[in-house]
Amino acid sequence: MVTIAEISAYLDEVFDPEIPVLTIRDLGMLQHIHYESGNWQITIIPTYSGCPAMQQIEADIRAKLHEKGIDNVQVSLVLSPAWTTDMISEEGRHKLQLYGIAPPVNEPDKSVLFAEAPVVPCPKCRSKETKMISLFGSTACKAHYQCQSCLEPFDYFKCLK
Amino acid sequence: MQDLALYEYVLRMGDDSLILGQRLGEWCGHGPILEEDIAMTNISLDLIGQTMSLFDLAGQLDGSGRNHDQLAFLRFEHDYKNALLVEQPNGDFAMTMLRQFFFDAFRLPLYEALCSCPVEQLAAIAEKSVKETRYHLKHSSEWVIRMGDGTAESKMRLQAALDHLWRYTDELFYENESDAQLQAKGLVPSLQSIKQTWQQTVERVFADATLDIPNSNWKFEGGRFGRHSEHMGYILSDLQYMQRTYPNMEW
Repeated sequence: MVTIAEISAYLDEVFDPEIPVLTIRDLGMLQHIHYESGNWQITIIPTYSGCPAMQQIEADIRAKLHEKGIDNVQVSLVLSPAWTTDMISEEGRHKLQLYGIAPPVNEPDKSVLFAEAPVVPCPKCRSKETKMISLFGSTACKAHYQCQSCLEPFDYFKCLK
Repeated sequence: MQDLALYEYVLRMGDDSLILGQRLGEWCGHGPILEEDIAMTNISLDLIGQTMSLFDLAGQLDGSGRNHDQLAFLRFEHDYKNALLVEQPNGDFAMTMLRQFFFDAFRLPLYEALCSCPVEQLAAIAEKSVKETRYHLKHSSEWVIRMGDGTAESKMRLQAALDHLWRYTDELFYENESDAQLQAKGLVPSLQSIKQTWQQTVERVFADATLDIPNSNWKFEGGRFGRHSEHMGYILSDLQYMQRTYPNMEW
């Protein structure tokens, strides 16, 4: 019989469909793997309530394990603990940067109203002269920025805490 | 875990999110600029996602075991308890943003309070949703300020939106006997306390937007009792079309 370590290694080959450089582990979505009543129970947490990638990720987990000959799998989605961008691993942040998406920065101003936009360095040239174009980008988890130095438009993985 | 008072409460929250999410979705492909088209549909997606969590919980609370699709698609108009505010037509961008601002300024403190709800599943939904709602309020409040303190045209449009929407805001804070029961058990916050926070937010944003808080006490209500405006039927015919035409279809 396969071990948890093996299942865990297989799941390192499951990527986020919208940010295909990150695995679900890099994102911090993979919460728990255990064996119970004859089934492998995989618990994942959603990044955003309405994220349409969640169903795809569930299907991808099943498909990956099926490919390895494991079919007694149950994937469950839990809301608690609530996902935050702090759950993205160091490696995940590095991969985001290389992919051209600015990783979440520590946003000092926590107020909702009238907060200063955070300084997000450009993932290409590292300039801090960047401008927020829109708080909502190509997916729920991203905002749209533009670098004022190299003029590159880029996605910023919004801080969610 | 049957609790009909809590069922009603959670269902009502889900109905607000569902109908507003559906309204925002109508902007898809029609936004004034591409960024706002994307923003409104992003927010719609968050609201629909929150609805799914709330409806799944509601289906457990009334013991029916109905899932989110059944609750969203297979009820009659009078079974929906959303506030009249969220079913108001999108109108122009000013109308949509002001409606959104009134709702976000109400929903954020509500979710904040529900984060400490002793019912774990509701607290988990609140914990998840509060983070998303902060972005919604930031977005809608900034547009209210930009338009209110903008050009003569934007100000005129926002003022027209305010003249229309103000009468619907009070219904957000309507409480019935079930609410009183839930509050007595310490499960949910008093909506009067939420209203105070809402008022402070509105005053603060309106000050920057150079808008005056209307001094009218004329208010409309009905949605919380299942009595809707004529708009609701049109929304539901769009929303429910597939399930009513092809019952139990999935894709």
